Amino acid sequence: MNFFEKMFAIDRRWVYLTLFVAVVVSLLLDFSIPVPISKEARNIYNYIEGLNAGDAIHLALDYDPSVSAELDPMTLSVLKQCFTKDIKVIITALHQFGPALAAERIDTAVARHAALTGEKKINGVDFVYLGYKPYPVLIILGMGQNYRIPFPRDYYGVSLDSLPMMANIRNYSDVKAVINISGTSATDWWISYGNGRYGVPLAIGVTGVMATEYYPYLQTDQIFGLLGGLKGAAEYEMLVNTPGPAVEGMKVQIVAHAIIILFIVIGNVGFFAMRRSEKRKA
Amino acid sequence: MKRQLPLAIIFLCGAFTLFQYFIPHEQSEYLYEFVALDWPPIIGVFALMLGIFSLIRVSWGKIRRKSENWPYAIVTLIGLAGMIATGLPGIGDHNAPAVRWQFNYIVYPVSATMFSILSFFIASAAYRAFRARSFLATVLLVSAVIVMIRFFPLGPLTDPVGTTADWVLNVPNLAAKRAIVIGVGLGIVATALKIVLGIERSYMGRD
Repeated sequence: MNFFEKMFAIDRRWVYLTLFVAVVVSLLLDFSIPVPISKEARNIYNYIEGLNAGDAIHLALDYDPSVSAELDPMTLSVLKQCFTKDIKVIITALHQFGPALAAERIDTAVARHAALTGEKKINGVDFVYLGYKPYPVLIILGMGQNYRIPFPRDYYGVSLDSLPMMANIRNYSDVKAVINISGTSATDWWISYGNGRYGVPLAIGVTGVMATEYYPYLQTDQIFGLLGGLKGAAEYEMLVNTPGPAVEGMKVQIVAHAIIILFIVIGNVGFFAMRRSEKRKA
Repeated sequence: MKRQLPLAIIFLCGAFTLFQYFIPHEQSEYLYEFVALDWPPIIGVFALMLGIFSLIRVSWGKIRRKSENWPYAIVTLIGLAGMIATGLPGIGDHNAPAVRWQFNYIVYPVSATMFSILSFFIASAAYRAFRARSFLATVLLVSAVIVMIRFFPLGPLTDPVGTTADWVLNVPNLAAKRAIVIGVGLGIVATALKIVLGIERSYMGRD
């Protein structure tokens, strides 16, 4: 096997090893990557910034631990912005592995806000966590009529009618927007039923591999903002002025992308060299 | 009767859901609230029981026959029993420390690991798949590289690359995606209508 043939057919284990080493080294090295803010991320930030204290939004956290590296920073950044602006937040988790994860992220956001400002955000007053119920489509449709239909009680078993924050909130008409942070097809249901049927303004934060699927909805204004993968999360961390794991992760992502591009180039050089050599032989 | 009754139920449920969607009236919503939102979860509970029974039966069969990788079936059954036992009301609950522990130290790392491993497969697949074998393959390759490098700090090239990547995402990607979504949507509508009207009956088994 000559050099070009080797370039054409590198064993996949070498690809894995190179990527692994590159990721570890980029984690250890101290450098930063500029994070330019996209229009679709800024739209979400500006929308929430434009709300008044006391307004409510619905934060739908429809993801599981497998994608939390990408989506957790979005959740924490949006919660930080809402808590800082004193915006009330209704939170749901319509993925079967999501409820405990969402509960912990809320606790983290509350603790961070308390550490930053000394103000303790209270469940039922500043935010309400409704938790999980099966059948996302039915739950989204049900909440459009009345939050109390699918969720008579919150995640902690407290009746919704006894929570002060819910006194004036019946359905989507009483929230300013839904921000759906998702690693599942629940985003499609939010677009079709939350926005399509009930007309609630919707913005989404999705994983990198999902992001390209949702650009059509951005152009038609079915969603007013989009955070795509780690890059979107990093943008939001920058917007709320709390660079964290997503901004840190950008350097790993860029190095990984560079390695993948390098392998694509190597593969193509090998491919063309072999094709030329075959033509010469023929 | 054996065939007519299920068909009638499907027709009534399908027609009701279809018409209710377009009638934003209080009475219609009231009906929906007490029919559509109550029945599927009840059916789902039975489906869940069926799923658990099936999982136990398949795993137990593997253990008994000592099939390939049968020890994993034991782990599956222990995991199932452990999560149910600690999450049952009276013993624990969905928020109990034991459930949280299993979630944080088993479910979380396992699912995060599975997803992370994907990046290695993607890297290997990209190396093999993105070859400029034809004109269309070259277009795909160039588009993929442009979209991937849009995050790179490329000095004076940053803006043009970013603009090109946005164009790729907002024009050709969007046009293709729209065509797929509309096609799939029409397919769903056609299939749903066929089921509601009793033309498509494969879900009832062979008749």
